[in-house]
Amino acid sequence: MAITEKPAEGPAIPTRRVITTEPRLSDKVFRGIVTAGGLSSLIILGLIAIFLAYQGYEILVKEGTSFFTSSTWEVITDDVGEVQSYDFGLAAMLVGTVLCALIAVIVAVPVAVASALFMTFYAQGKIKAFLIAVIDLMAAFPSILFGFWGFFILMPKVEYWSLLINKYLGWIPIFSVDAKIFTRSPFLAGLVLAVMIIPITTAVAREVFDQTPLDRIQAAYALGATKWAMIRAVALPYGRGGVVGGAMLGLGRAMGETVAVYTVLNIVYQINWQVLFGAGGNVASLILLKFGEAKPLEIKGLMAAGLALFLLTLLVNLLADFIVARTGKKGR
Amino acid sequence: MSETKVSRSVPKPSKPWQPSAAERAQSLSVGVLAALASVGLVALTPMKGFLPTVIFFGIFAVLIGFAKGTFTRGSTTGKNNAIGILLGLGTCVALIPIASILETTISRGYKGLHRGLFTKDMSMNTAIDPITEGGLLHALLGSLIMVSIALVIAMPLGILTAIYLTEIKGRFSRPVRFLVQAMSGVPSIVAGLFIMSAIIYPITKSFNGLMGALALSILMIPTIARTAEEVLLLIPNDLREAGVALGGTQWRTVAMVVVPAARSGLITAMILGIARVIGETAPILLVTGGGDAINVNPVEGPMGSLPFYIWKSFFFGTEEATTRGWAGLLVLLVFVLILFTLARTLSRRKVRR
Repeated sequence: MAITEKPAEGPAIPTRRVITTEPRLSDKVFRGIVTAGGLSSLIILGLIAIFLAYQGYEILVKEGTSFFTSSTWEVITDDVGEVQSYDFGLAAMLVGTVLCALIAVIVAVPVAVASALFMTFYAQGKIKAFLIAVIDLMAAFPSILFGFWGFFILMPKVEYWSLLINKYLGWIPIFSVDAKIFTRSPFLAGLVLAVMIIPITTAVAREVFDQTPLDRIQAAYALGATKWAMIRAVALPYGRGGVVGGAMLGLGRAMGETVAVYTVLNIVYQINWQVLFGAGGNVASLILLKFGEAKPLEIKGLMAAGLALFLLTLLVNLLADFIVARTGKKGR
Repeated sequence: MSETKVSRSVPKPSKPWQPSAAERAQSLSVGVLAALASVGLVALTPMKGFLPTVIFFGIFAVLIGFAKGTFTRGSTTGKNNAIGILLGLGTCVALIPIASILETTISRGYKGLHRGLFTKDMSMNTAIDPITEGGLLHALLGSLIMVSIALVIAMPLGILTAIYLTEIKGRFSRPVRFLVQAMSGVPSIVAGLFIMSAIIYPITKSFNGLMGALALSILMIPTIARTAEEVLLLIPNDLREAGVALGGTQWRTVAMVVVPAARSGLITAMILGIARVIGETAPILLVTGGGDAINVNPVEGPMGSLPFYIWKSFFFGTEEATTRGWAGLLVLLVFVLILFTLARTLSRRKVRR
């Protein structure tokens, strides 16, 4: 009979289940892919530094420290186009970059802090939503728009303002000018940059003010504080780091801006501290200006300039990020 | 059976914190007084123009607000009022440029709009020709192609970065978040220089649309990664736990539960990424070559784009060319506005669900 086909040694003992936290193969693959994707930013940033350094290496070595201390940027060629001599120095451009960015931050930060405070503690409901939307929209505007707006609309006005400032405040060294040329000055570039960085600085400051602990705000009110007293005693100390970080972030953006500065700034290879005088420098704009006619050798110089700009903005941004990240946690 | 009549009148809730009509009239009168005083002062003194009026309006508004508060409730209230007005004025200062930019672009750009703008290219014309000739079809197509390619590259990398930060939370989370932040601050011209130094000079030696797209994707990744990370953080942990409890591996949970739940947010991230790069000019000027004719092949020949078209138009300097440039800026602005509105509507819907 067929029924007798029973297993000989009773029911089979199941093998012991292995309990493990070891992920399955599919998960291992998934984690590998995601980690690789996650590290893409590291790889790209690394590649940028490596390739710019590789291309600019030759110039950096030949020029040495004079790349950062000299202000001339010229290549002298003979009639056939052979390079006779060259001198690449970034000093004027670096000074100009920092100067314009500083003007931008000095102008933008008070405005940004005022609007961030207003949006957080004064505006309500629809007005608040509208203000946030408009500032965010402004952050999405392309830089070329700011550039040409600055050139066509702001420049004539700023020339007149410069004249007034020079007339009444000319005794302050940075507002004095050697010749009354106010067109395309660092001051104008700084103002255009200020308009560009107001949104980002406002957004960072607003986010930090928004996180002000409610209990402290209410405690201040319960002690009889007016709104301003509350802001001064609670919100400003709490958000100080955020404001500084937002300003640094704005500084980084302002230093790296190309097109908007190029349109409104007169690039001169000479260190100029007179902000109203129509002569300035900017590393990014120099690259754009020289790029079109540059020969291979000069391109190498421009790559070195790009590397300097990249490292400068990277440093400022990391510092800003560090400051913003630290404030959130520290309870005051 | 008679129906009981229920009184439907609901007592109006009193809102003691809201300003009464009298208080509103008072604050309005502060503004009116300040306006009158500033206009009067400017009319009486040799100063003229709009700017001094505005500046003195600010000064008078702050002073009158301070005086009003001081006389009614003492100097603490006065100071409070003055600061409140000052902050409001600061916000107005931030809004003036945006209003001016919108107004200028629309009023100057619409003169350059004509029927051929979206059907013709500039291969037969130069920017100084009459405004009705030529158009920006080549620029529009070029921009769309480059942004699409950039999106295909940046979207996976950006979303993978976000998933790494929110789902895997590996050893490198902190540095990666730091680096994404740093990458969003990379100057756009450096992205262009990088593509030149890494690809154009050593390998291809030609300027084309693909190079532009690669440069744009570098600028796009951080925007997408940061927005996507924020969105994925909003997905409740219950969903992930439910996925795992049903026996899903992490891969299945992320792919079938978390990402679909965040879909509209991820689309927002994509839109914001597009908005970030569509007007990017500096790398485009460096690496695309910028043609005047329609070229839909991204790997061969120079490719035009909206920013390049605008840039080129303005540098001719004649009235027609400038109008062309403003029209190009208007088209660009409309694109940005559409993308921005889309992103906001989508993200609002996500919150409501």
